[in-house]
Amino acid sequence: MRRIVLAILSTITAVVLLLSYHTSTSSTFAGSPISQLPAAPGATSPAPSSKKSGPATSKSSLASYTGAAADTRWGPVQVKITVQGGKISASEAVQYPQNNGRDAQINGFALPILNQEVVAQQSASIDTVSGATVTSDGYLQSLQSAVDQAHL
Amino acid sequence: MKRRAWVRQIMGMPISIHLRGGNVDSPAVARGVEEAFDLLRQADRLFSTYLRASEVSRIRRGELDPGRADSLVQQVITLCHQAGELTDGAFTDQLPDADGVLRFDPTGLVKGWAAERAARRLADLSETSYCLNAGGDVVVGGSAIEADVGPGAPWRVGIEDPRDRSRIAEVVELGQGGVATSGTAARGAHLYDRATGTFVQRAGSVTVVGPSLMWADVWATALFVGPDSLSVLFSQVADGYRVISL
Repeated sequence: MRRIVLAILSTITAVVLLLSYHTSTSSTFAGSPISQLPAAPGATSPAPSSKKSGPATSKSSLASYTGAAADTRWGPVQVKITVQGGKISASEAVQYPQNNGRDAQINGFALPILNQEVVAQQSASIDTVSGATVTSDGYLQSLQSAVDQAHL
Repeated sequence: MKRRAWVRQIMGMPISIHLRGGNVDSPAVARGVEEAFDLLRQADRLFSTYLRASEVSRIRRGELDPGRADSLVQQVITLCHQAGELTDGAFTDQLPDADGVLRFDPTGLVKGWAAERAARRLADLSETSYCLNAGGDVVVGGSAIEADVGPGAPWRVGIEDPRDRSRIAEVVELGQGGVATSGTAARGAHLYDRATGTFVQRAGSVTVVGPSLMWADVWATALFVGPDSLSVLFSQVADGYRVISL
């Protein structure tokens, strides 16, 4: 589990540059509550991480984690990530705004990019990302809350 | 080695603080991190061009004489002048407003300045190294960096590929200093070229790495919008800084 968590964390840190993986039990995130939403059918429930560095026993396990919905200025966004063999194999938005052109832009642009990012950066061992200015986006928060759940 | 991260949305961008060290779970560290975020919130209240009540907004409307502004605002005004002179005018704090009129807008400098100011609070934390990322601009350092391993190991900063933001084009290892990237990949044409009076449309990005995030950011913007000849000036005056053009 530890290895899975580390794989997720390095990936997500690489990808969205801002991830907060609290090791504390009471993590609040930009004021949004992080709720323990049920994982998708067939998911294994996340076990508490430990300091052990033994072999990953759940190497081939498949699990998915759904983050809390984050309120964005365009509406609520909620993300689910799927972890397989210790790596994120997919990410998808399970809830996102689809009311107007702006929403279409988010859905058509941001979501596919995030999907690519999550998968493309699997092996990148980087701590953070410098890039053209990123503006606030609840989507990242929501993905973060998915990662938080994976780390619990 | 323990590592912990916090994220807040401040100044319209996500700001993350990552800490490494043995005591990152201590209340003293949590307090220091919140104080660092508070410094950024304070900067937002003073410098936001979105908040009508900010001092910068009042200066822009002609309601506040810059000479009577908060000392931090005056400090930033001075730094903006220095940045303009240093970059031969490529950096400017006079940007066209929605009505096309040039108005005081120090945003391009304030972000790095405020991030660096917040980071100084993190540098006070004992036996800890930090990595603060303010919407893609990164400042790292801390009291643990002497160690060079464990909590003091360099931070690996990935530089986003501006043509494919799902990829990392370069990795910079840095124990202390700043990494700033200017480009149009995230927000479209928003960087203003004073020489031509237009917003720059070109693709690509310019990353500058150096001792100070604020100056790295100023140079990244200047080199992105400025003429090619500016890189000569950069190599002459920006000692300790290097550029990565993508």
